Amino acid sequence: MKKTITIILLIAMICTLSGCKGSSSGGSLTVFNYSEYLDPEMIAKFTEETGIEIKYEEATTPEELYTKYSSGAISYDLLCTSDYMVKRLIDEGQAQEIDFSSLENYKNIDPKFEKLSESFDPGNKYSLPYFWGTVGILYNTKMVKEPVDSWDVLFSGDYSGQIIMQDSMRDSFMVALKYLGYSLNTKNEEEIKDAAALLKKQKSDVSSYLVDEARDEVVAENAVMAVVYSGEAYLGNEYNPDLAYVVPKEGSNLWIDSWIVTKNCKNTDAARKFLDFLCREDVASANFEYIYYSTPNKAAVDAMDEELRSNPAVVPTDDSIKNCEVYEAFDEKTNALYNELWKEIKSQ
Amino acid sequence: MNRKKIQVLSIPYVIWIIGFTVIPLLFVFAKAVTSPQGAFTAGNLIAIFDPVHRKALFLSIELAFISSILCILISYPVALILRSSKIRNKKIILFVMILPMWMNFILRILAIQMLISKNGLINHFLSLLGLGKISIINTEAAIIIGMVYDYLPYMLLPVLNCVLAIPDDIIEASKDLGANRFTVLTKILIPLSLSGIGSGITMVFVPSMTEFVIANILGGGKIMLLGNVIEQEFSVTMNWNLGSGLSVTLMIFVLLTTLISGRTVSETDKGFVI
Repeated sequence: MKKTITIILLIAMICTLSGCKGSSSGGSLTVFNYSEYLDPEMIAKFTEETGIEIKYEEATTPEELYTKYSSGAISYDLLCTSDYMVKRLIDEGQAQEIDFSSLENYKNIDPKFEKLSESFDPGNKYSLPYFWGTVGILYNTKMVKEPVDSWDVLFSGDYSGQIIMQDSMRDSFMVALKYLGYSLNTKNEEEIKDAAALLKKQKSDVSSYLVDEARDEVVAENAVMAVVYSGEAYLGNEYNPDLAYVVPKEGSNLWIDSWIVTKNCKNTDAARKFLDFLCREDVASANFEYIYYSTPNKAAVDAMDEELRSNPAVVPTDDSIKNCEVYEAFDEKTNALYNELWKEIKSQ
Repeated sequence: MNRKKIQVLSIPYVIWIIGFTVIPLLFVFAKAVTSPQGAFTAGNLIAIFDPVHRKALFLSIELAFISSILCILISYPVALILRSSKIRNKKIILFVMILPMWMNFILRILAIQMLISKNGLINHFLSLLGLGKISIINTEAAIIIGMVYDYLPYMLLPVLNCVLAIPDDIIEASKDLGANRFTVLTKILIPLSLSGIGSGITMVFVPSMTEFVIANILGGGKIMLLGNVIEQEFSVTMNWNLGSGLSVTLMIFVLLTTLISGRTVSETDKGFVI
């Protein structure tokens, strides 16, 4: 008797562990995404509607995502990552072409993203935009003398000891390069060194170099301003109504996170269904309300209430992004130069 | 037969050491002496002489040194006071002192960050009293405070163990022979507790020197210790070879410290163990 119970329990356990449900016949998809970057209810909804099971995996940074993906321990069917990493994966032949004409809801995606995606996905063959945004200055309107509209406030010395820069080579160099009027993708050694000299000079004015905490420090009024991603700015504003976000007039970085179907994906029909599902207005709106980053989904933008739609941190205006550029991957030599100079700045 | 049984018992430990120490170390050494393309090179080891790395190394040693000294200066008087106090249950005092160790060290560092940040508790309190604000967050001083706070118990325990184990008879004898309190301290107490101070230094200096998390949180990303450089090479620049090379160099310094301070820890500590 005891033995029988043990065996039944064991079988039950194995079934739960391996996820064998017996009933769902629509197959399964392994989806890889940034953490907290998709409303978990939407995954349940997708399985409910299509019978396709989703195995969901998460990573925090593009580098971590890439490392996990290329280790090959798990075979991912779909993954969502940032522009320059999308390019790297495409260049390495890891992506499959997507048949966009078969995606019923693809029409919801604003056509301007086809042009913006060109820099990392020439011809728009492999990637489907998911979220996007800008990098700009989050500042406390009560602690500045005049409205902020230029990177100049970070270099003038007026707010010495009260500014926070991004603790990331690319994002900090971007600020200096744009301020000097150069491209943020420049490979010109003189221009890069100019930017490094500017950042070195600026260091004594910088309170700290942070990533995730940058927003919180401005919210807590430990700093007057910080370089942040637009999505962070919206949340910062929720916590402290005195905060405002601006994309400086010299231009900035425009980033796009996109989905790609990997070359390992066998069940392309299911992958197509998943991408089409993500483009649907109700799903895109649910995901937007889960993370509050800017959505490329025009139908979802139209469905927002007026106050949200007019918030430049949520829906960047065409005017604010006219000088913005998408990051392009550097060649090895340029990358080494940037890293070397960044290390010098940080250790100064 | 008995000997064999004991050998069998050591199997889990041996597996552990091989799997989590020996093999990973071999990987690190292999990476350290090769270039990203796989060719043999000594460049990653020589890289420590690069001005940026050298500066980070010296800063690491300097901060670890200051932290160790501060830990000794705090722990030793505590040990002496506990030794001479009449409190019955010294274990309770000791218990209270090492209680913070029960909390995750990153949480403790975040707490320090909140205390000393610009609008933190300390500054809030100072301004209530009408005093000026202090600004130590994002400086080397902040990192030292964090290191001392985190590693103090590692100094306190061995020092206390050693000081409490010194027999009263010796001190009474020296007093009978005319030694004053200062002589007792310098000629009896300190020499007899050197082994405790030695192991304390090893346990404070070594983690302080390899530290990067405290430097990240309390230094605001403005101060680069060698630990931070290595972390950057692994997680951002993705040059694992250079990161490994610098790690090996750091290991050499750790080994040197352990050898130097370990010389004093030849005697076995007796007595007080919590």
